[in-house]
Amino acid sequence: MDLTAETVRGIAKLARLRPKPEEEQRLIQDLGTILEFFAQLSEAEVDGIEPMAHPLEVNQRLREDEATEPDRREAYQEIAPDAREGLYRVPAVLDSD
Amino acid sequence: MHERTLLEQAQALQNGELSSVELTRLYLERIQAHDGVLNSFITVTEAQALAQAEAADRSRSAGEAGPLTGVPLAHKDIFCTHGVRTSCGSRMLDNFVSPYDATVVERLRAAGTVMIGKTNMDEFAMGSSNENSYYGPVRNPWDPERVPGGSSGGSAAAVAARLAPAATATDTGGSIRQPATFCGVTGLKPTYGRVSRFGMVAYASSLDQGGMLGISAEDCAALLGVMAGFDSCDSTSVDHPVPDYQKELAQPIDGLRLGLPKEFFDDRLDARIRASVEEAVAAWEGQGVQLVELSLPNLSLATPAYYVIASAECSSNLARYDGVRYGHRCTDPEDLEDLFCRSREEGFGEEVRRRIMIGTYALSAGYREAYYDRAQRVRQLVRGDFRQAFEKVDAIAAPVSPVLPFRLGEKTQDPLAMYLIDCYTIPVNLAGLPGLSLPARPVDGLPTGVQLIGNYFEEARLLGFGAAWQRETDWHRRVPPEFA
Repeated sequence: MDLTAETVRGIAKLARLRPKPEEEQRLIQDLGTILEFFAQLSEAEVDGIEPMAHPLEVNQRLREDEATEPDRREAYQEIAPDAREGLYRVPAVLDSD
Repeated sequence: MHERTLLEQAQALQNGELSSVELTRLYLERIQAHDGVLNSFITVTEAQALAQAEAADRSRSAGEAGPLTGVPLAHKDIFCTHGVRTSCGSRMLDNFVSPYDATVVERLRAAGTVMIGKTNMDEFAMGSSNENSYYGPVRNPWDPERVPGGSSGGSAAAVAARLAPAATATDTGGSIRQPATFCGVTGLKPTYGRVSRFGMVAYASSLDQGGMLGISAEDCAALLGVMAGFDSCDSTSVDHPVPDYQKELAQPIDGLRLGLPKEFFDDRLDARIRASVEEAVAAWEGQGVQLVELSLPNLSLATPAYYVIASAECSSNLARYDGVRYGHRCTDPEDLEDLFCRSREEGFGEEVRRRIMIGTYALSAGYREAYYDRAQRVRQLVRGDFRQAFEKVDAIAAPVSPVLPFRLGEKTQDPLAMYLIDCYTIPVNLAGLPGLSLPARPVDGLPTGVQLIGNYFEEARLLGFGAAWQRETDWHRRVPPEFA
């Protein structure tokens, strides 16, 4: 499995992670070893086998369309890193001008 | 008193031998005296525990006590506890005080149990040695130079050292059963959907299942009776009747068929562990159980299939940690992207980041079919193997771990070697079946164990086999000498 630094950076970007440059080589090596291990799956004879997403063959349950959740906005925002006036604060997304 | 099982302690409380406050204090003192070495607790909830114990004693005086009222318990720090930090072993949630209780926590509290603290674990339940915790590794009470197993290593070490009479735990690929065997305690992973996952921090949602670690199979039966059952807050909770597990334990096992799949007794297995497992199997045979040789031909690809699926689900589940609504946030982010990336890079440990990367890769365009879809088809084959086996047998016996508890640091540089340790526990999670780990004859002073695998919702049968074995042996009663 030839995993390039460019691929690893692309995956990190998708995963919203930012590996340190000095950790990159080690990461490429570890991920490469694990992907090589996964390559065994290509030996499996799975033609005509349905993928199994879940152990239980149950359908999504429906319930009455009525409000069940109390409003606990304050309790939930109390644990936020930065919330004010009922809003979660993050760095500006749009330019100010 | 700490050498007694949970049910024996419940009996002592009922007989008035001591109060719940006295029993709770005893454990708080034991934690104080012994946990410096083990590091099995992340948080000890002394004040809340004593308040709950007082309430338990009052309800007993009022004649309102239930069978488990007043017994102390520890919760794995993956279960949300209202007003108490729920860290999941991660820097990401180091500052997270849950605004609600997990269903498991709520049910056990409603049954009158007393929470004495939150146990250490591998970060987000990803690990097999408890060396991946932000709060430092847990040590094995039988040999502090060795690991207790993972991810529920704190719960297992705490029960083994009798710092708690029982503890909740979770199992995604072996995280209850493997630490149970490494620490010499009893651990049950119930059928997928048997115990509510509401308020249990998600790792891989189609595999995660809550359960418990205790001294005896009977203790596990008593706790399962409280924890199991339908929960409308968990969309994968199953509405299936909850039997009286303790009553079912008395059912004779005479005449039942026990399967021995050759794939579980292969050359990966340490011969000394094999001897311990075979001794347990022979004991069941002596009790009238019929042994049946079996084959589960698709098991060889279960481990790679598991790590593809678990990593894929983990990458999706852990996308919620964004540094915005709760959890760790980096300082002085330049922009929103910087806030997401740095908060996540700083908040997650190495193994968690590795699995997120692997899962993201396996789900990315062009690779999904080769990895994720294929793994899901292998999963179907594994389930099919078990389905056929349970047409011929009532339960399956297997080892839990191919190796004895290893030394701290021995496998941390080789993530793949760590993954392969789970080879005998993973197939059970892929299929969603219940699995029970029971202490067996130790090897060179180190615990070993035997695993029993049952058909869907047949926890009672597994616990019945366990209770029958534990009536004849006392491996489950042994306490590491330094903690006696």
